[in-house]
Amino acid sequence: MSRLDVRKTYKLYIGGKFTRSESGRSYAVQSASGEFLANASMGSRKDVRDAVVAARGALGGWAGATAYNRGQVLYRVAEVLEGRRAQFIDEVGAGEGLSARAAGVVVDAAVDRLVWYAGWTDKIAQVLGNLNPVAGPFFNVSAPEPTGVVGVLAPQRSSLLGLVSVVAPVIATGNTAVVVTSAARPLPAVTFGEVLATSDVPGGVVNLITAQTAEVAPWLAAHRDVNAIDLTGVAGADGIDWGALEVAAADNVKRVLRPALDAGGAPVEPDWSADPGLTRLRAFVETKTVWHPKGL
Amino acid sequence: MPPFEYAPAPESRAIVTIEKSYGLFVDGAFTRPKALFPTINPADESVLAEVSQAGPKDVDKAVAAARRAYEGVWGRMSGAERGKYLFRIARILQERAREFAVLETLDNGKPIKETRDVDVPIAAAHFFYHAGWADKLEYAGPSPSGAAPPRPHGVVGQIIPWNFPLLMLAWKIAPALATGNTVVLKPAETTPLSALLFAEVCQQADLPAGVVNIVTGDGTTGQALVEHPDVDKIAFTGSTEVGKAIARSIAGTPKKATLELGGKAANIVFDDAPLDQAIEGIVNGIFFNQGQVCCAGSRLLVQESIHDQVVAKLKRRLGTLRVGDPMDKNSDLGAINSRAQLDRITSLVDAGVAEGAERWSPECSLPAKGFWFPPTVLTGVSQTHRVATEEIFGPVLSVLTFRTPQEAVAKANNTAYGLSAGVWTEKGSRILWMADQLRAGVVWANTFNRFDPTSPFGGYKESGYGREGGRHGLEAYVTTAPASLSTSATGAVR
Repeated sequence: MSRLDVRKTYKLYIGGKFTRSESGRSYAVQSASGEFLANASMGSRKDVRDAVVAARGALGGWAGATAYNRGQVLYRVAEVLEGRRAQFIDEVGAGEGLSARAAGVVVDAAVDRLVWYAGWTDKIAQVLGNLNPVAGPFFNVSAPEPTGVVGVLAPQRSSLLGLVSVVAPVIATGNTAVVVTSAARPLPAVTFGEVLATSDVPGGVVNLITAQTAEVAPWLAAHRDVNAIDLTGVAGADGIDWGALEVAAADNVKRVLRPALDAGGAPVEPDWSADPGLTRLRAFVETKTVWHPKGL
Repeated sequence: MPPFEYAPAPESRAIVTIEKSYGLFVDGAFTRPKALFPTINPADESVLAEVSQAGPKDVDKAVAAARRAYEGVWGRMSGAERGKYLFRIARILQERAREFAVLETLDNGKPIKETRDVDVPIAAAHFFYHAGWADKLEYAGPSPSGAAPPRPHGVVGQIIPWNFPLLMLAWKIAPALATGNTVVLKPAETTPLSALLFAEVCQQADLPAGVVNIVTGDGTTGQALVEHPDVDKIAFTGSTEVGKAIARSIAGTPKKATLELGGKAANIVFDDAPLDQAIEGIVNGIFFNQGQVCCAGSRLLVQESIHDQVVAKLKRRLGTLRVGDPMDKNSDLGAINSRAQLDRITSLVDAGVAEGAERWSPECSLPAKGFWFPPTVLTGVSQTHRVATEEIFGPVLSVLTFRTPQEAVAKANNTAYGLSAGVWTEKGSRILWMADQLRAGVVWANTFNRFDPTSPFGGYKESGYGREGGRHGLEAYVTTAPASLSTSATGAVR
């Protein structure tokens, strides 16, 4: 007689805790071939607001941590993700309809991307900052600082590699994140939350909300305590006008990372296997310039 | 202490020739003046000249000229040649510096010693600095090896304010041209003359037609420029309210933007600060350019134990400021730029008094004509007062107190803005700790209101995004990102 599986309850990840949606709602998640996989929590406006509170609360500690420390924590995330390789191959394979071999390539790339960003934490200020030779007796230095709380609409198609590719640069530079996961493929994100929770990432630094993107994105875009928003996940999401999200974001002068567009101007999900470059690391930092006189 | 008696030392206005009326500068030539409106001298309300109100069709012609110049000449020119044009412009600005200083003071109302010593020389320095970048752009940013070199956006629409008309023009045009973009610039409605004189500089430099176009007008002209479909990027300096409107206007389009908006800077004075220097810094911070500065140190946060001492010293120093004829080389404060701005300052100060602040100004006799506001200190201000939260943009200092560094940081950051901040203390470690904690794009420690073309300037939060000046300022005018990725936020990806 075969043993019955103990299934996992997929919840939100807010403030370092796994919670159900305050709305009490859930939705059925299907595999690429249409089979039932699990019920995921359907996050709400209130969940977004709770997540912003958590992200704001975590910002001081995370932004104030040394870059070396953030790098070690990100590397730890990569380690723990590697340790769960088989589990992610199953989840990514089922959700994205990939063979075990193809899913393995994706999971490996996600681990490697985390390692790449882990190494950036204590170099980005050196690459983006500098002394300025002003015409006078002053010490003058410019360096990047985190923008603050960043809302992230994670990609719809690439449920792990895409997710890691948008979240890692946000937190590598010291921001905290409120992430709306892929609507149709949310399960790897929840499991990634378990990775974060066991990787010394302080609670609230990354908050993951499984939800219908079109329902919660406007609240995230309009939230006055969110400093920036990444619109990557509008590509392939149903019923979203990204221009309207950008309009809402203007209310508090949010920094907006626009979606990639195809030749016809429609949002398109980037190729996550490509070299990410510095684009995302530079999108959510602010340059601070400090002056001080020189003299006896 | 009464001010020393000084004999008047007026600068001559004979050096500058002001036309009766001006057209627009489009495609290398001035158009016939039409739809005229006056620009006045705010110090005496006399009409200086009449300038043309550019409508949507005029903006369209200017954008078309800029596009032709971008595709035909400027976008193809080598960086070295572009740079040589910018060096020429820098030199002509230096040669004609006195003329610009006089014209700027007449049109803006700020003291001649400021236009002469700050606005004009730093404007020339911006062109000189950016000239050198034009053929070195591949060294300016961290592009991956083997990546395509940074490329210009194309046609840039630029909208500038009235507080530093020529200097803001230089901050906008110099980096745009150095990076290979062409420009349609709209100067502020009340201060168009120095931009129109700059058009003449472009002609003297033999700058190819259409590379720089100047369209004068009010907010509707700016709106037509922002909404024009063939403009690739907007660079705006002005109010947060208009900045937000621009961000909404370009939402969902491929247009990029940089926004340099308002501020409500805290100038924080600790009890161990070098007080005499700090007083000078406070005065410079809020009374430079009559306080009509986005990064002005409009909130004085003084440690409680030295509050009375600082306020007493401040009042004594303000008693020696000379307010009056902007053309007089002895004047420290000039006129407010417009009646509308004067009304705004007046109503906000009245609101501050109504909310419980105590108002003080030195005795000074203000001219009967023109727009004048005395240097003013408001004490007893609390954080919720409108004079502590709203940008006054005038010679008005709100004084608040704190006890601990943590409280100073909390109060300084308790604003929707984040443009600049000042710190005064002799303790080095405290300066660096404070500089880390303050959420502002520029932190001046033991100094204030310093500007340099090599030093990036720009805000956090609702003070806008993007930087002007330095290597960082170039990023706003080029793209190094893969063509598939764009953003309306800061940097090369925008």
